[in-house]
Amino acid sequence: MSANIALPLPHKQARRVSGAEVGDRIFVLGGKLLLLLLLGVAVLLPLLAIFWRGFSSEAGQGGGWLAAKELVSSENFHWLLGNSLKVSLSVAAIVVPLAYLFAYALQRTLMPAKGLWRGISLLPLMAPSMLPGIALVYLFGNQGMLRGLLSDNIYGFWGIVLGEVIYTFPHALMILLSALSLADARLFDAASSMGASPAKAFRSITWPATRQAVFAAFCLVFTLTITDFGVPVVVGGDYQVLALEAYKAVVGQQQFGRGALIGMVLLLPALFSFGVDAWLRRRHGDSMSGRAQVFKPAPSKMRDACYLAIVVLISAALLLVFGMAVFSSLVKFWPYNLSLSLNHYQFNETAGGWLAYGNSLKMALGTALIGSVLIFTGAYLMEKTRSQRGLNLTLRMLSFIPMAVPGLVLGLGYVFFFNLSGNPLHVLYGTMTLLIVCTIAHYLTTAQMTATTALRQLDAEFEAAALSLKAPLYRHYLRVTVPICLPALLDIVRYLFVSAMTTVSAAIFLYSPDTILAAVAVLNMDDAGNVGGAAAMSTLILFTSAGVSLLLAWASRGLLRRSQAWRQTAPGH
Amino acid sequence: MNPAIATALTNPGAPMKVRGVQKRFGAFTALDNVSLDVAAGELVCLLGPSGCGKTTLLRCIAGLEKQDSGELYLGDRDVSQLAPQARDYGILFQSYALFPNLTVEANIAYGLAGSGRDEVRRRVGQMLELVGLSGSEKKYPGQLSGGQQQRVALARALAPAPSLLLLDEPMSALDARVREHLCTELRQLQRNLGITTLMVTHNQDEAMLMADRIAVMHNGRVEQYATPQDIYNRPATPFVAEFVGQGNWLPFQRSSASHARVGGMDVRLADGSVSGASGRLFCRPEAISVNPLVHEENLFPAKVREITFLGNRCRMSFELDQLPGHSLLAELAPEAMPRLGAQQIMVALPPRSLQVFA
Repeated sequence: MSANIALPLPHKQARRVSGAEVGDRIFVLGGKLLLLLLLGVAVLLPLLAIFWRGFSSEAGQGGGWLAAKELVSSENFHWLLGNSLKVSLSVAAIVVPLAYLFAYALQRTLMPAKGLWRGISLLPLMAPSMLPGIALVYLFGNQGMLRGLLSDNIYGFWGIVLGEVIYTFPHALMILLSALSLADARLFDAASSMGASPAKAFRSITWPATRQAVFAAFCLVFTLTITDFGVPVVVGGDYQVLALEAYKAVVGQQQFGRGALIGMVLLLPALFSFGVDAWLRRRHGDSMSGRAQVFKPAPSKMRDACYLAIVVLISAALLLVFGMAVFSSLVKFWPYNLSLSLNHYQFNETAGGWLAYGNSLKMALGTALIGSVLIFTGAYLMEKTRSQRGLNLTLRMLSFIPMAVPGLVLGLGYVFFFNLSGNPLHVLYGTMTLLIVCTIAHYLTTAQMTATTALRQLDAEFEAAALSLKAPLYRHYLRVTVPICLPALLDIVRYLFVSAMTTVSAAIFLYSPDTILAAVAVLNMDDAGNVGGAAAMSTLILFTSAGVSLLLAWASRGLLRRSQAWRQTAPGH
Repeated sequence: MNPAIATALTNPGAPMKVRGVQKRFGAFTALDNVSLDVAAGELVCLLGPSGCGKTTLLRCIAGLEKQDSGELYLGDRDVSQLAPQARDYGILFQSYALFPNLTVEANIAYGLAGSGRDEVRRRVGQMLELVGLSGSEKKYPGQLSGGQQQRVALARALAPAPSLLLLDEPMSALDARVREHLCTELRQLQRNLGITTLMVTHNQDEAMLMADRIAVMHNGRVEQYATPQDIYNRPATPFVAEFVGQGNWLPFQRSSASHARVGGMDVRLADGSVSGASGRLFCRPEAISVNPLVHEENLFPAKVREITFLGNRCRMSFELDQLPGHSLLAELAPEAMPRLGAQQIMVALPPRSLQVFA
């Protein structure tokens, strides 16, 4: 080595290396163990608590084997179960075809203003599930604006079905959009060169490639509907369903055992569809090869016009519902005085009000910031470190559980676990911390899948290269991984924020008067007959979620523009 | 690349030793008791088909996989159990693994943390000069061609002055046309730097072009470890003979110490290494002479089946009259083509070029 080069001195380098090693051990092993602990407390133990509580026969709790047998054989239970099944199947049967048409129009036609339609279709995600119900009451209730259109009033079966259709529509749409986004142009060229009609091409190419997503969407809608009580509580009337019964058993009658039993029943469809979906996915495998060419629809005025008509109709229905909710929140005294005012936004006499809104903002911010950091870092450690394979597998399995657990059931689990006398974590019960923990756990899987997808697109050798350059992994994570994945990270932040703003299913069991949330306040106000206030609070949530989403989308776009220099042609992508 | 300044830039290479390394993935044995010595400043190629264990061996040396047993030495240090950061090597990956969000300068400086800012800048400048990319400091990897990216990745690997350089299929992401050129350049640079280098490849041309010694690997074992000339001319095992270059196989029954029967022919042998009663003879296509002008030993009648023109040479497939149904290959200069004329020819199998395998 000649004199003109300054290399790091040997002893200095040695010290740096050992420092990096210690830092990495803390980062990798410490991170994973922390994650394991959190997943254990936030996911596994609460679920186990449900089973424990459901089968323990404490007096007056409505649990235990005998109570279970009695519950399952009772007339009332059969009626509730029948209602739940009828509603859920109807909703799924209506939503999935509609969402398929909508998704097909967005992905496979040249219809104009796709961004607009897509934005409108996402509206139901931005508000709690009570909002469609409230809007339906204003539209078709006893004093509804369009009451005359229906022979019967809206309360009951059709009210629930309509409300759930609106609430679940974007969920089904997102699955189908992603399934329809993958298409290999070469297959369509081959089909048309063999003289296949568009209908035949659909049957032989598009349908086989998407039927699994149709099944997944059907299962998701079914599960969301059967476990939702936001819509039934508003427009159900005398038509009762299981989810509502579980809610009433726990919140109204303090019958924890009975709540747990119904929770277990509600867990079944989710577990079933999760299992079948996983099985189908494994059998199906990866149908898109790396050499697939992007499908570009051929122009066809007739086809585009038809699909545009369908999309406009659906969008108009959604706009009508959401417009109605916003409008009703501004009306002075429905239906006698239709002049506009902000009276409903005073929330004066009801519990919650602006406190609830402030709490929701805090909760959503906490969930989004803490959750995205934890989830993304966790996904990174699981994806990109080769040591502790067993631990990685355990973490991966644990973080898949929330996918199969409805919020209502998770919330019940939290009640049973954290409300346990003798549990040192009992102090958390009713606190903002627990609400944040529960919400992160509830929405963990989807966020993690987004993170994993983004991480898998990175060159698998990045970490090895960093290590060979004697750089600690945590520094590499912050300097390379996070900047490259920032758009995905922002997407996770948005998803967690919006979900936390709108969630009611788990939070309903966990709030205290100090930590009441906006979505819970909607439910309470509606329950107390203050439908105007409920509409106002729903509207606030809607605008907050939509505003934050737009803000983050704008930030993400700015970021992409700024990093265009390296992002467009980045190697190894 | 600029080899002139190269000598001044690195640590003297350290010798590397691999001792009895064993690695299993479940039921699959990836490395079966592998030992290998690489001298200081030597370039050794690990050559073999996919799944032979060459990449696993490289990753074990890099500390990216942990061997089940066996030792690794770099210089006089036992690095078997050390973390990758503590091993002191640079690595060039097939994909280069350049960090796309960092400029060329920041990529090269990535492994120089802990040095002063001016020192880093000077070092980066030197490395870019070394690989002939001065002035590209502020560019992003995505704005460079494949060959340029490879040079940046090389500069990044060499910047911390490691005592060992690992190359993982460095040429496979490049066009065939630039490949040979870059191979030569890389080899020249390596020689000037005098850095001990281990390169994994499945491409025998690359290995022949660059290596001081080649380790041919198969099923997790080193089948032969020798110079390129020896590997080609004296393959130690049928696998090596088959994998490197092309060849003909002829089944034989031994009739005496120096003669064997192949089909209906009596063939003289010069290779006495294997004394079994029967086996296979191996012969390179270019060692066979067709219609020789002077008399040669082991001259037999044959029929031409097909001739393929390959530009600088011709490939002829033929069948020996006394060994029907057994297709053989010979390679000859295009000038020799007109001499073939008829279908019926005479071929000579020189005893020196017939290698005996059991």
